[in-house]
Parts: sequence; C-alpha cells; structure tokens
Amino acid sequence: MLSLLRTIWLVFLHLFHKKATIEYPEEKIPLHPRYRGRIVLTRDPDGQERCVGCYLCAAACPVDCIALQAAEDENGRRYPEFFRINFSRCIFCGYCEDACPTYAIQLIPDVEMAEFHRQDLVFEKEDLLIDSEGKYPGYNYYKIAGITAGVKETGQGANEEPPVDVHSLLP
Amino acid sequence: MPTIYIDSKPYEALAGKNLLETCLGLGIDLPYFCWHPALGSVGACRQCAVKVFKDAQDGTGRLVMSCMEMVKEGMRASVSDKDAVAFRAQVIEWLMTNHPHDCPVCDEGGSCHLQDMTVMTGHDYRRFRYKKRTYENQNLGPFLHHEMNRCIQCYRCVRFYHDYAGGKDLGVFAAHNHVYFGRETSGILESPFSGNLVEVCPTGVFTDKLLKEHYTRKWDLASAPSICQHCSLGCNIFTGERYGRLRQITNRYNSEVNGYFLCDKGRFGYAFVNDVNRVTRPLLRNQTIEAVDEAPLMKTLREMLSGEELIGIGSPRASIESNFSLIQLVGRDNFYQGLPEYPAYLSGKVAELVQSGALYVPSLKEIEASDAVLVLGEDIWNTAPVMALAVRQAVVRTAAAQAGKQSGLPAWHDLAVKEATQEKKGFLANLTVCPSPLDEEAAFSLRRAPDTIARLGFAIAHAIDPSLPSLPDISTAMRSIVNSIAGALRSAQHPVIISGVSCYNEGLIKAACTIAAALHTIGLRAGVAYVLPECNSMGLALLHAPSFDNATARVLSKPGVTAIILEADIYRTVAEKEADAFFDACKHIIVLDSMHNRTTQKAHALLPAAAFAETDGTIINYEARAQQYFQVLAPQQDIRASWKWLGKLKGLRAAAGNGQQVHPDEILQQLEQALPAFKGISRVAPSPDFRVHGQPIPRDPQRYSGRTAILANLTVSEPRPPQDTDSPLAFSMEGYPGIPPPALIPFYWAPGWNSNQSVSKYQQEPGGALRDGDPGVLLSGQAVLRLTGEEKPTAPPLFMDIPEAFEAREDRWLLLPQVHLFGSDELSSYTPGIRRLAPQPYIGLGEADATALGVIEGDDIFVWLEGKACSFPLAIRKGLCPGITLLPMGIPGIPVPQWGSWVKITLSEDAEEIRCPSKIF
Repeated sequence: MLSLLRTIWLVFLHLFHKKATIEYPEEKIPLHPRYRGRIVLTRDPDGQERCVGCYLCAAACPVDCIALQAAEDENGRRYPEFFRINFSRCIFCGYCEDACPTYAIQLIPDVEMAEFHRQDLVFEKEDLLIDSEGKYPGYNYYKIAGITAGVKETGQGANEEPPVDVHSLLP
Repeated sequence: MPTIYIDSKPYEALAGKNLLETCLGLGIDLPYFCWHPALGSVGACRQCAVKVFKDAQDGTGRLVMSCMEMVKEGMRASVSDKDAVAFRAQVIEWLMTNHPHDCPVCDEGGSCHLQDMTVMTGHDYRRFRYKKRTYENQNLGPFLHHEMNRCIQCYRCVRFYHDYAGGKDLGVFAAHNHVYFGRETSGILESPFSGNLVEVCPTGVFTDKLLKEHYTRKWDLASAPSICQHCSLGCNIFTGERYGRLRQITNRYNSEVNGYFLCDKGRFGYAFVNDVNRVTRPLLRNQTIEAVDEAPLMKTLREMLSGEELIGIGSPRASIESNFSLIQLVGRDNFYQGLPEYPAYLSGKVAELVQSGALYVPSLKEIEASDAVLVLGEDIWNTAPVMALAVRQAVVRTAAAQAGKQSGLPAWHDLAVKEATQEKKGFLANLTVCPSPLDEEAAFSLRRAPDTIARLGFAIAHAIDPSLPSLPDISTAMRSIVNSIAGALRSAQHPVIISGVSCYNEGLIKAACTIAAALHTIGLRAGVAYVLPECNSMGLALLHAPSFDNATARVLSKPGVTAIILEADIYRTVAEKEADAFFDACKHIIVLDSMHNRTTQKAHALLPAAAFAETDGTIINYEARAQQYFQVLAPQQDIRASWKWLGKLKGLRAAAGNGQQVHPDEILQQLEQALPAFKGISRVAPSPDFRVHGQPIPRDPQRYSGRTAILANLTVSEPRPPQDTDSPLAFSMEGYPGIPPPALIPFYWAPGWNSNQSVSKYQQEPGGALRDGDPGVLLSGQAVLRLTGEEKPTAPPLFMDIPEAFEAREDRWLLLPQVHLFGSDELSSYTPGIRRLAPQPYIGLGEADATALGVIEGDDIFVWLEGKACSFPLAIRKGLCPGITLLPMGIPGIPVPQWGSWVKITLSEDAEEIRCPSKIF
C-alpha cells in the first residue's frame, strides 16, 4: 500500500521535472559539433573542391561503401569525377574523415537521413558537396603540396624554396 | 655455400652475392633504394646499412652498406642492431626533408617503394619545419609524367635509362643537394624503354601518363597474369582493371623471358581494349537494325552453317585455343592462315626448324648471357624491342664479365665494374637493311640488301667451316669483316644468331641456320632465334595451315562456301584486290573480331570477340614457349571469347546444339591429342578446378575498396560478382592470400611491400627464377628432347642454296617493309600516344638513289602498287643500299603491297618511267 502511494507520488513529482524528450521534429536534438552524422565533401577557402580523389577514404572504409574516380583538370588539379557513398551500408565510423589528407570528407552533426527506399540512400557527389569549409576553415591542401595544380607557381607554396636553377653549380 | 650469421642466427648464403640481396632472399626486410637486381649496387643511397662484426667476440662492429658487402664464410652481421636501425632511420629522415606532401595526389601512392621504406624504418612524423627544395618539371612526351620535387636522388632512373637501356636523352644535371634528373629541355623521351622508369623510380618522379587519365590505386585494381600481345616475344605482364575498364599494364617478372622490363608498346598499347571502336554486339548485315539478340543471331548462323561447305581463316593474333576451335569447327583440310603465300611459308619454315629439335632456340635470358651476337637482317629494335634490350645486355655483360674476371670484381658491383670495363664492349654484328640504334653497340654494323646479308651469312658459315661452299665473288674488304665475325663466333662460348621474317627473305633464315650448323662442327652450340611478326605467329605456324592464297584459289574455283574469319583484318596483310576477290566469292562470311575494321565490314555476320584482357588463352612465342594469359575484365554486353563463339557454332553445325561449354584447358587437351606438335601444352597453367586449401586465387587485393558502392547507382542490392569457371582465379578479394603457383600470380604484394619491389618475395633469390619455376611450357623440339632425356647435340640443318647477290635494277626497286615500333602494329596503334609517335606515310630511299633521282627529303614520289600510282613524301634513309625502297608497314594510308616485289617509282603520276643511272654497289 505504502509503495503504491510512493510510486504515485513520484510520478506526480515528475510533472514538475525538466522533460527528457523533445518535440521532434519541431524541435531539433542538440548534437555535438563533432558528432559523426551525414558525410559531406567540403570546399577549400578558394571555393574549390577539396577532394583530390586519393582513394584513402575508400580504402579506410570498413564496409566498402565509398567509390570514386579521380580525374584531373588542365592544370593538373585532381578532383573526383564521381563520388558515391552508399549510406545504406555506412556505419558512420568516421574512418574516412580520419583518413582524408585534405579535410575534404567530413562527418557533420546531421542524422536526418531516413528514406522510404534504400536506393535513395545512395548519394552522389552533387548530394555530398557543400559550399563550406566545414570544421577546418582556412586549410588549402595545394598550398602545402609539392605539385602546383594551378593554385600556385612552383616554389611559391608554403615552406617552399624558389625552383632550383639546374645550370648552377653554386652550393 | 658459406654460412653467415645474421643477428646471431646461422643462414646458408650463396657465394658471390652481396649481403643485401642475401638478406632479401632470406626474407629479411632491409630497406634500400639505389640497388636493383637488374642494375646492381652502387652504394649511393646509404639506406641499407647493417652492422658487420669482426668475429663472435666483437661487440662493437662497424656500419657498412649491405649492398656493397660480399658475403663471406662465417660472416657476422646484424640488421636489427641499434646503431644500424638508428642510422637507417636518420637517412630516411634526411631524404624526406625535401620530399613534398604529395602522396594524396601522387600516382605512386599505394605502390610506392619510398612509402614502404619510410614505414619500414619507422619514420612516421616529420620534424623538419623549414623550406623544401623545388624544381621545374618537364614534359616528357605522351607516356611519362615528370614531377621532380619528389626525387630522392637514388640515380636509378639514369642507371636504367642510360646504362641499361642505352638511352641518351635523360641525364643528371646540377650538383650538390639540387641534382636534377631529366632531359636537357622538355621533349619526348627517345628510348622505347622509357616506360620502365615508372617501375624503376622508387617514388613518383616518373609516373604513367596513361594511368593518370583514369587513375586508380594499386589496391583498387583487380589484376590478372597476362601476356603481351604486340610482338612475338611473349613478355609477361599484369593487367589491371577497375570499373570494367583496363587501367594499367605493369611488368610481370619471368626470369626466362622479360625479366624486369617491358617496352613502351607493350606497356602502353592496351587502349584498344577500352576503345569506342570495339565490336560489342553481334551484327547481321543488310537489315535495318544490324545489332541482334541471341535468338535471331543463332537462327541466321544456323542457316549459314548447316549444309554449307565451311572454310576457316586462322589468325596469328588469336589464341591457340581459338585457332584450334576453328579447326574443330571447319576441319583441318578447310583451315587456312590469313597470310599471303610467302610470309606464311617463311613462318612455316621457322616453325619447322624450331620444331625439328636440331635448333637450339635461346630464351631472352640466354640471349642476355650470350657472348657473341650476330643479327642477320632483322630490325629487332622495331620488331622485338625487348630482345634488342637483351642483346644490349649481352654486349655490356660480356665486357663486364671479362673486366670482372681480370679485376676480381663481382658482377653486382656496378660502378666498379663499369670503371674497369671502360669503353670495352662484347661482340655484336648488326647486319641489317636500315640503320638501328643497336648499331652503337655493334662491333660491325652493315647496311645491305637482304640477299646480300644472307650471302654474307653463308660466307661466315664458310669461314667457320671451310667444307661449306665458298662465295668467291666477295670483295676483300668484305671478306675481312666476314672473317672477323666468323672469328668472334668461333671464339665465343655462347654465340647467338638472330634473324627473322620481316625482310621477306628465306635466304636469311637459311643462312642463320647454316652458321649454327657450321659452329656445330667445331663443337659449339649456337642459339638461333627467329623473330616473327605477331604474338601467336609461332602457334599458327605450328598448325601448318595453307596460306590465304590457297583459300582464295579454292573459293574462286568453287564459290558458295561459308568463310569464318577469326580475329584478323585480312586487308592489313593481303592486297585489296585479292581480299575483295575472296570475299566476293564467298556465300556467307562470318567474322569474329574485337575491333571494327575493313574485314568486319565485309562480314554478313559479325560476332564480338573478347580482347586479350577479357578472356583466357594461350599464345606461343618465338621460341615456341606456350604461355597462358588470364581474363581480368568481365566482358561487356555480348562480347565473348572467340573459342566460346566457335564452340557455339560447332553446336549449331552438329545440329545437336547441346551448347555445352568447354574450358580452355579441355581445348588444350584436345589439341594435344589431335596434334603431337603441341604435346605438353595443357601443362601451361593449372586447370580451372585448381584450389589452394579449397580456395581460388583472388584477383582483387585484400584492400580492394568500394564493393558496396561501385554499382550502387544502378542497384543498391549488390549483384553477385562475375563467376569465372574457366580459370582458378576469382573476381573477388576472397581466396587464398598466400603466394599462388607462378602461372597464376595476379599481382605482387607482400606485407610491408606494396610496391612492385615485393617481387623479391616471389623469387627463389632476387633476380632469380620465380618460386616453383617460371611459368610457360616450351614446345620446341629441343625442349621436348630435354624432357625425355634424349637431348644430344644434333646438328642444325645445312642449307646449300645460296641466294644470288642482290643487284639493283635500273627501272625497278625492291620494295621492303620498314617496321615501326610505334604504328606498325594494329592493336597498339589505338593508344593515342603511340599514334602520335607513329610516322606519317613516307617512301624511303637511300642517299645515292635520291641524289641520282635528283630529289630531296619531303619531295612527293610516286610508287606503283597494284598498277596504281601512290604518292608519298620522300624520306632519305641513311645507308640504305641503292635499288631498295621502303614503305612503313601497317601505317594507315598505305595500300598493302606485295612486300619483297619489284616496284616502279616515278616522279609524276603520268607513268613516265624513270631509270636510275647510279648503280653503285
């Protein structure tokens, strides 16, 4: 009898507690900025695609759900000709983000990806590419890489000597 | 065998080797850069340091470069010594200070020796925070991409390009810490072996430009063992596939054949497989929609086949399985070669000699080890480039071996041996129609007409064995050359004579054999190698089928037959008029081919045949070595292997139509039973049901990516991968992860060794044979005798029919083909880079003829082919003997002439005959 009354009392008290649930979807869940949700492809500060099609994300993916094809523009800049993620296979482990040497592929705090058809979970490059630098603003891979790719002149990158004069024997 | 102690453990080592190759052979991982098994040691990169101890009591030891240290009995070394490890780590850190952060955009990444070595030494974090050295890159032509920033100055590129392959236009510039490897100015690399720089360079300075166009990492390539299809040498290659396209060809090591290197035609000539000109659907001509489905196709084919008389035209570029399936379909008496009478006769003659057992046909490795080489007529630089590379090694190594013997230096001590050798060279006599880059290595190089070269060959045979008929009319100057060549061959231990069929001259073939017979009388076993035009020319010749002329004669005398033409463009080998006559007389024409060409236009029914990367097959190289290639692409649409189509046709013909598919190994077994010349060919590779621990051999590497996304745009439920019932290889990454039998190795990879340097894990010793022996079965008579243990030195046949001396005619020129490495071959010319390097049509005349005719380079000259005047710009060929004219072979825009015939040349179209006054000879 006593326990019954105690339970009723406790339930009654919960009326005045802060709510554990939220009014989803009207109200959104607060997710940590580094939450591993939907995968996006970001752009560098110049607005160019960051992805250089190095295939490291695809190699790192434990469920092999990333396929891409690298291509090269007339300046020698690499970009993915297509970039496909099969989200119906993705386990959101974030290994692709860890593997990415150019901060191109990033997992963002967005989990609203439900679809009625599995086929709709196959995302192509157009679906993945966003107009943002994502979590790593200011980073431009080609400023640091050895190749020029139309971004800089030889020897003009960060931490680069001017090109060697091969006719010189001076030390 | 000396016993050496590495980290206090005793090992048996091979005497005369250096410590680095010994360690690698024993399976001990030791980093290195500048050493290469084919190039030797120079001790330049300081990466392979180990500690060597004086004796068991010595606890201090000293650091040495293991590549420069000869193994000695009782030697004590330590790879894992603290100081040695620290030294190696320090060296790589220095090398990496200037290496750019390029791996994501570098084509070498994932198959990079520098990456492997960096990981192996444990250098995983850069401490260097200062500026990096940069270089301007060069445009090196259509095949190679140059990215000098990545260079680690190991010197391997110039040691291969300059020292090994004899190239002149790649060198070292500047000094100190800014050494530059490149050409003097941007430009196309001249050497036809430049593609090997991709594999020789331990990092990404030289990368494959063709791969760049559809770049794929090594771990994403499904690979299979294959055989190059562009000449008669049969170099072993790996084919790499991704997304249903052929992406890359790399070298597959075979110590007997190509070793570590390929030519650029073999490496880059694969673009035809992906070309838009492929036949992908069966076509029935003369109807509104030509592409047809299975049912109507079979109905028409049944009509074409049943009750009709069949003849089959075999192909020198189709596999032996396909050719034999055609024989099974049409019957032996109705099987012909797609070649005119004379070339078919010449290949048949070569096949007969090779098969007889009297001739010792050297492998490329044996040519490399030869100490005197005589080339009779064949322009091997263009017709068999890797053989030219082997001949160059013979020349270099003979001199190096002599120098090494005098100075006591081991052969791997590259720089010291070179120093001791200086400019000395082994013996090579290059007697050809046209100048060749090989002349630089030659002690004697002569430009003569084929008949004259054949006569010189007979004169050499006479000089060796005076009982043979002499040639009294040879000039004194020439006689001294003949005597010198004969003397060099006599004093050699392993003489090799190389000839071939590209001069359309039987005398050359006979002369080569006669010289070997003469050498036999003085107790020397001379090797004789005959170069043939196509990858399976030997296989087709061993079938001893009549020529196309016989087929035409038969069809013309009794029209109304159904002709089945296998993978051959008849219009490339046979004159247009004759080919037209043949096709017009046929009632039905069924053509199987992979590319659309003039012959396929004649087809009433055209069946899409698989290219070499899409099917399994066996081809037979110049030394009658049967080698199997394996499928790497699942063929698109209705493409099927020719032997599968022919099996289907056989079913239709027999009316039973059981449609039962046979495997290639069953065809080979039937071939063996039907034709004893092919005995042993079914041992060429393990049968389709071969398994290791119940597992097939995977084509995909362990790290193959994207399985669940590649086809997800088409259907999200992953379809079953293609099943391969024809070979023990699987289209999967699942299977036996260890080292498969040598014929089935799909790629080289070992833990920690992602680059092609991992090949040492597959070899018995670095630079030696593959474990369990190199793949391939020799079908030559000598090999058969060797197997049965009956090998005894039989004398090669003697020929006494010396041709008449060549005499230039006043009003006619002897028409000979000039084979071009780039352009003369049908399939490789689909690669844009090869097409770019191919010559434009020209007509070649010697300087004397050009002066006598009063024409200069570039003038339009008319040559009369088949009664028609064809105009081509003149190209003056230095040293070409008067009375001979050359046309480039296989170049579009030149009608197929009768090679070896006498043609008329005029300066204008109105047939005014000209007489050439100068006949100096």
